[in-house]
Amino acid sequence: MPDPLLEIKNLAIHFATETGTIEAVRGISFSMARGETLAIVGESGSGKSVTGLALTRLLPEPPAVYQSGEILLDGKDVLKMEPRELRTIRGKKIAYIFQEPSTSLNPVFTIRNQIAEAIKLHRPEVREIDAEVIKYLDLVGITDPAKRLHDYPHQLSGGMQQRVMIAMALSCGPELLVADEPTTALDVTIQAQIIDQLRELKQRVRMAIILITHNFGIIGGLADRVAVMFRGKIVEYGETRTVLAKPQHPYTQALIQCIPQPGQKRERLATIDHAALDAMG
Amino acid sequence: MPESLRHILEHWLTQDALVVGGFALVFFLLRAGARNERWQRAGARLKRDRTGLIAFAIVLLYLTIGALEVFQIPTASGTRSILDLFLGGISPEKSYSAPLADTLLGSARHAKLNGHHLLGTDVLGKDVFAQMLKACRTALIIGGLTSAIYVPLGALLGVLAGYFRRWVDDMIQYVYSTLASIPEILLLVAIISATTPRWGRSLGTMAIALGITGWVGLCRLIRGETMRQAERPYVTAARALGQTHAKIVVRHLLPNVMHLVLISAVLGFSNIVLAEAILSYLGVGAPVGTASWGIMIDAGRTELGRDPLVWWNISAATAALFGLVLSLNLLGDSLRRAFDPKQT
Repeated sequence: MPDPLLEIKNLAIHFATETGTIEAVRGISFSMARGETLAIVGESGSGKSVTGLALTRLLPEPPAVYQSGEILLDGKDVLKMEPRELRTIRGKKIAYIFQEPSTSLNPVFTIRNQIAEAIKLHRPEVREIDAEVIKYLDLVGITDPAKRLHDYPHQLSGGMQQRVMIAMALSCGPELLVADEPTTALDVTIQAQIIDQLRELKQRVRMAIILITHNFGIIGGLADRVAVMFRGKIVEYGETRTVLAKPQHPYTQALIQCIPQPGQKRERLATIDHAALDAMG
Repeated sequence: MPESLRHILEHWLTQDALVVGGFALVFFLLRAGARNERWQRAGARLKRDRTGLIAFAIVLLYLTIGALEVFQIPTASGTRSILDLFLGGISPEKSYSAPLADTLLGSARHAKLNGHHLLGTDVLGKDVFAQMLKACRTALIIGGLTSAIYVPLGALLGVLAGYFRRWVDDMIQYVYSTLASIPEILLLVAIISATTPRWGRSLGTMAIALGITGWVGLCRLIRGETMRQAERPYVTAARALGQTHAKIVVRHLLPNVMHLVLISAVLGFSNIVLAEAILSYLGVGAPVGTASWGIMIDAGRTELGRDPLVWWNISAATAALFGLVLSLNLLGDSLRRAFDPKQT
């Protein structure tokens, strides 16, 4: 892959707790091209969110310890950066949206203030801040954005809040958007809208996306590649279509079987046989 | 009159500006808070809370009387406070007289008084009712100055300890645990005794002493709440945007704990007023000659042993103190109820 945007080599992250060390990420490697969308799929505790937060070193240290590996962003190792340099890549190069839009927005500020704060921080040259805020609210599909400027987060629905989060993330012009379970807290219909929105944005704004999710069902039309994480390791990695059609690893197979199919009558959802997976190593 | 002008200017800079600044600060905070959803809901709830509103009105009345005594204007006979002008018609007596009596207390010759006194007069012949009102100034200045010291100190240290944790938290906890381990009154008396020879006894030194010892409770409360707030995703989201720690503390955490600061400041105000009275009673409080409820109660030590009994001085001071402390506590409780998310 020529000139990758992001390259992760043998990354291992441990958490030092009172009861012992937890190996959250155990030596993962992958790389991403500019504009590519990667889905990281796995169950709770598989290390997918930790990986996402580690990209700009957002994990609290301690307890988190970066045991080994490199996170190369445009060829520079994030793990060797000074705090000042880290702040310049956060938001500017890698932006985040999180699972709970209702608590990810500061309850005491209007949405205009929150997006303006991001713009002022990374693009101090922008003069017409209101116009810029409106532009991004419009971009993420908020109707009549000028009227929404002075709303507080609690006045918006969950889906709208998540759109505001996306607008805030996009307003700094990042090269990579990390969407950590962006639809988990939302209603199913809203989930589809947000995924559609991300798909549309991906085409309009050339930007790489890492979509972190436990739900194979939502990645279909969005992700170019999939990395399946299980217990801190990537157990399967490849083109989305290939992985969905011919999953190699039994864990991937089990996850894909968990996607409910319309019209298909099934009494019970498949369960994952951890003992069998353990036996595989 | 350059001399009186200088006096007025000095007075303005040391006291009037403080009161105006204090009211402006409260107004500014309430206005900033009114844009916040939590404050709006609390405000709407407070409007339906009759006890809270009455308590608020009484507190405002006390503050207004105190403010009237603070502001001075020049008159023909030197500068006097606005309150003095209202009470100007009351003429002084020679010594004690009972409420609404015609004659001096215990006077064999039944000496006639210069006028009637609603609550009698004290040992120096000053009108007790006027003294009671004037003491509001002492309460206001002590309460305001002390709050101006301990509230920012406690809130800021609390947020810093709760956000940064680790060694910052350890250090702040070390300082406040040490302070909290010393009995409060002993520490207050020690600080005041140590500063009095150098700076003289004044309301300022008392406010500093109360401020230094008073921030522990607020700091603990804010520290705990900040720890809870810092776990919320909006703090991570701000960090993920590349925000500095300073901005996160000032812009994100402080506004989200401000309602607790307001509630504790109101409840704390009554503690400060009480502490002032206690210190004055112990003889290390307000300077001699200042109108203070504590000094009036202190005078009761000898007055209650007299025959005939002088009960009006201590009763007036106690009633005034009781009214203010009760109203502040009721108001504080109303605020707490109004901000409580579990209330419907």
